[in-house]
Amino acid sequence: MGAAKSGRRIGLWLLLLILLVAPIAGSKLGLISNFMVLQLSLMIVYAIAVLGLNLLTGYNGQISLGHGAFFAIGAYVAAVLIDRYDLPWWSTLPIAAASCFVAGYLFGLPALRLEGHYLALATFALAIAVPQILKYRHLENLTGGVQGINLIKPDAPFGLPLNSDQWMYVVVFVVAVFMFWVARNLLDSRIGRSLMAIRDHAMAASTMGINIAQTKAITFGISALYVGVAGALHAIIFEFVAPDSFRIDVSISLLVGMVVGGVASLFGSVLGGVFVQVIEKYADAGARLLSQSLHLPIDIEPWTIYGIALILLVYVMPTGIAGGLAALWGRIRRRSGN
Amino acid sequence: MEQLIQQVASGLANGAIYACLALALVMIFVSTDHINFAQGELAMFSAFLCWQFMDWGLTFWLALPVVAFISFLVGVSVERVILRPLHNAPVLSIVVVFIGLLAIFHSMAGSIWGHTIKQFPSPFPNVHFAGSGYIGPHQIGMVVVTLLLLLALFAFFRYTPIGLAMRAAAQNPVSARLVGIRVDMMLALGWGLAAAVGAVAGALVAPVVFLEPNMMASILLYGFAGALVGGISSPGGAVAGGFIVGILENLVAYFGNLLEKSTGIYVVGNGEKLMVALIIVITVLTLKPSGLFGHVTVKRV
Repeated sequence: MGAAKSGRRIGLWLLLLILLVAPIAGSKLGLISNFMVLQLSLMIVYAIAVLGLNLLTGYNGQISLGHGAFFAIGAYVAAVLIDRYDLPWWSTLPIAAASCFVAGYLFGLPALRLEGHYLALATFALAIAVPQILKYRHLENLTGGVQGINLIKPDAPFGLPLNSDQWMYVVVFVVAVFMFWVARNLLDSRIGRSLMAIRDHAMAASTMGINIAQTKAITFGISALYVGVAGALHAIIFEFVAPDSFRIDVSISLLVGMVVGGVASLFGSVLGGVFVQVIEKYADAGARLLSQSLHLPIDIEPWTIYGIALILLVYVMPTGIAGGLAALWGRIRRRSGN
Repeated sequence: MEQLIQQVASGLANGAIYACLALALVMIFVSTDHINFAQGELAMFSAFLCWQFMDWGLTFWLALPVVAFISFLVGVSVERVILRPLHNAPVLSIVVVFIGLLAIFHSMAGSIWGHTIKQFPSPFPNVHFAGSGYIGPHQIGMVVVTLLLLLALFAFFRYTPIGLAMRAAAQNPVSARLVGIRVDMMLALGWGLAAAVGAVAGALVAPVVFLEPNMMASILLYGFAGALVGGISSPGGAVAGGFIVGILENLVAYFGNLLEKSTGIYVVGNGEKLMVALIIVITVLTLKPSGLFGHVTVKRV
């Protein structure tokens, strides 16, 4: 057993190393463009955000339709600190994390009284109101109002032979690995087990001595922290924030990513992040191709694919792609075992 | 003072729309315990349909019943085909399906009719009347049509056998089934009626906010606020809540402007209307989830 486990660990490290080095090498050799490197970085950023939502909704059972709000807070904290206060970009990540933890914790306190549909409703309201909050007149000095804030992508330090896209890929990748590692350990701990216990049966959990209120509020905070870090990274590599890029679309994208990738699954969160970015970038072209090849009189829009994917998945694969793959793998193993 | 009356009057007019949406939400909620996040997009889609019929030459008053009937059929089929099989599914699945419906209706409207803003002519004659300084003809029309609709619905639920059966199915499905009511049918019927009410709301509000796929997002938020203020388990309460929220929305902006004029401090204005709705939603949900007129639900453990 021990040997198998350490073997698996070495395999994981190797895989991570390949995932880190391959795009950089490919880009150095001219096989993939800087634009592709940026796309890969954005996928990883969304994976972190989907993981954040998954911690709350998948593992703890609190449904949020408004996590775009925390994404926006993280993005704006980073952008404002860099643009108005000239802080170095890397120092904004922990600050964004801390602010989002506090914001999430505070939002989580009233949310304690809400369950299921009601929590979904409150967070849905939050998601709709986000752009207006960002345009609030007293914040305009900081946030730049409707215009938003333009940033400049940071260059690699110490004379590293990387351009800014490649450098940011390394940064995003390392941050993501760290955050997934923390999440895995957290879920594997006492706290993680109490999260799932609350989701599965709140009353039983409380009779076992779990402080439900505190656990739920802290989970909200941690979840917001993850999404906030993702938002900050997004602002830095996308070089732009504006109120209208944080409409309800962001919250819905994260939800779609979680459901498609896999609810309550770390691997599923990665898949979800990839899915969100692929759809965002390529769905327009894909949908146009689809409507042309089917000779439809109208252009299909990406959201139609989102919607159909959501409804189909609920029916066909309620555990998402990650769950579906796991079930498939289990079936193959059982068959080969017999 | 004159301005204040104007604000209250136009608040009433907006409130009529919120009341319709709130009622549609409540009609689905009381019978299925689901919150229909796609209600706004359904109404938007119906408004586009109405515009399409008018573009083809129908008058508004001919197009409206046709669209309401089509929306009714759409509502019934959504319930029967998509939601019925998920009867015992976890809450997350239900919410996800509603978000999926929202995305589909939103994007389909964009695909079919485009994202440019369309003018939607007001169906009401532009006449002068006593008090027309305070409220426009379209606003009066919205209130009147809404009140007529509500009256008709009330009569339907109160005095017809189907209405009675629907109320029974919502209140106590098991007993209703035992006395021979087809509860499944009643749920689908409720969905259809809700969609039809939403369609009327969409067609009435389209001349005010202009027709485009995003038109309903903020209105739906106010519909939610109205339903919650009145009590999401009480149809009459939801209607009252819709009107209350409509007036409140304008009063907050009005007093915000007044404050700014007298003290120079800007706190809240027209730009913060959605924030006001958000605060109403969260306050009601946390402090008095049953709303003003709803009944407190007791959960058996």
